[in-house]
Amino acid sequence: MKSINLAAGEGELNPLIPHPIEIVLGVVVFGLLYLLVKKFVVPNFEETFAARTTAIEGGLKAAETKQAEADAKLAELEQQLADARHEAARIREEAREQGATIVAEMRDQAQAESTRIVESGKAQIEAERQQAVTSLRAEVGALATGLAGRIVGESLDDEARQSRVVERFLAELETGAPGGVN
Amino acid sequence: MSAGFLAASGDTFTPPGPGDFNLPPVGPDKTFTFLGQEMYLGVTKPMLQIVIFAGLAFAFLYLASRHRAMVPGKLQYVGEASYGFVRNSLGRDIIGSHDFMRFVPYLVTIFFLLLFNNWAATIPFIQFPTFSRTGLVYGLAAISWLIYNYVGIKKHGLLGYIKLQCVPSGVTGPILVLIVPLEFFSNLVVRPVTLALRLFCNMFAGHLLLILFALGGEYLLLHGSLLVKPVGILAWVLFIAVAFLELLIQFLQAYVFTLLNAMYIAGAVADEH
Repeated sequence: MKSINLAAGEGELNPLIPHPIEIVLGVVVFGLLYLLVKKFVVPNFEETFAARTTAIEGGLKAAETKQAEADAKLAELEQQLADARHEAARIREEAREQGATIVAEMRDQAQAESTRIVESGKAQIEAERQQAVTSLRAEVGALATGLAGRIVGESLDDEARQSRVVERFLAELETGAPGGVN
Repeated sequence: MSAGFLAASGDTFTPPGPGDFNLPPVGPDKTFTFLGQEMYLGVTKPMLQIVIFAGLAFAFLYLASRHRAMVPGKLQYVGEASYGFVRNSLGRDIIGSHDFMRFVPYLVTIFFLLLFNNWAATIPFIQFPTFSRTGLVYGLAAISWLIYNYVGIKKHGLLGYIKLQCVPSGVTGPILVLIVPLEFFSNLVVRPVTLALRLFCNMFAGHLLLILFALGGEYLLLHGSLLVKPVGILAWVLFIAVAFLELLIQFLQAYVFTLLNAMYIAGAVADEH
């Protein structure tokens, strides 16, 4: 109400003419707010932004490091796996070769052994046969002589004759013409 | 409003005018004369408003920034978004990324002081734009003028700065006779005036418009004939619509004032062409 009276009393107010106290007040309020904002608000926000940036960058860096570590680990494991496979293949190959060698060796040995056994058997048989032939010859000679002496009589006691007759007899036996005995 | 109500309760309608912005002080209302105009000596509503809303602006910014949480809460998020808006789109993008941080406190202060005080004009029961008082605006414009000229002179020296502001790049020859005084006038003299008047006029006119719709509608409803009474209702509907428009304008004026400050500073600290 007062304002209307004032306006009516003084004619139209000119709003462009400033109130001097308001100028001072406006500047002072602005200045105080500026100081407060500069001291308390901006540093807080800026530190938050900076910390957040650092955190994000740190997180990214950590993630990158972890990724690199994981990659290295994976490569290492793959390398180990490949090595192991290689080793296994090598061992298998070696074993196969060794097995083949052993089999061949055993076969040779067995062959040799069997040959040796056969040989010695043959030799023994030969020796025994020889022995049998020798003893048979003597025995057969004596038997035949005795027998013949008994049949023919005393005339054949003469050593030389006897020997000759026996020899002849044996030769006939060997040639398969058993005329004398039969 | 009460003054307007009384004015409108008579048989004739007294339109609102500049007098509605000359609110009486709280307490004793002595007056003094300044530049041929009688003024109240005492604490007036806009004086209280600028103090209270500056305090609220600081409270908002401080509470929002205090926790410094990596994952912000709601308040901190709003604070960071609005602070970041002034810092980045008004500071960094205009002044340039290597030099802007020292102006950020100033821009933030200006923006939030204006925004909170402008929005005061829409808060129920307060409903008075602080910066419809020229005294408060002139102070801010003067500070702006001092700051951009100071940083310009500090960077380029007095003569270099005046040359930077008065001689546009690439202009030679006799046209300079015309250009230089114009540029001088426009960049070094008129800027604070336009800066102040733009803010003041928007706040003043917006508020005047709202008073006009409110009181006019009231007068038409109470004293108009039956035929014009619906027009009174229409006026009130428009009052609400314009109030929403005012919300936008109040924000825009805070933005533009800060933006122009940033551009003046950017022009003053710019490298020579």
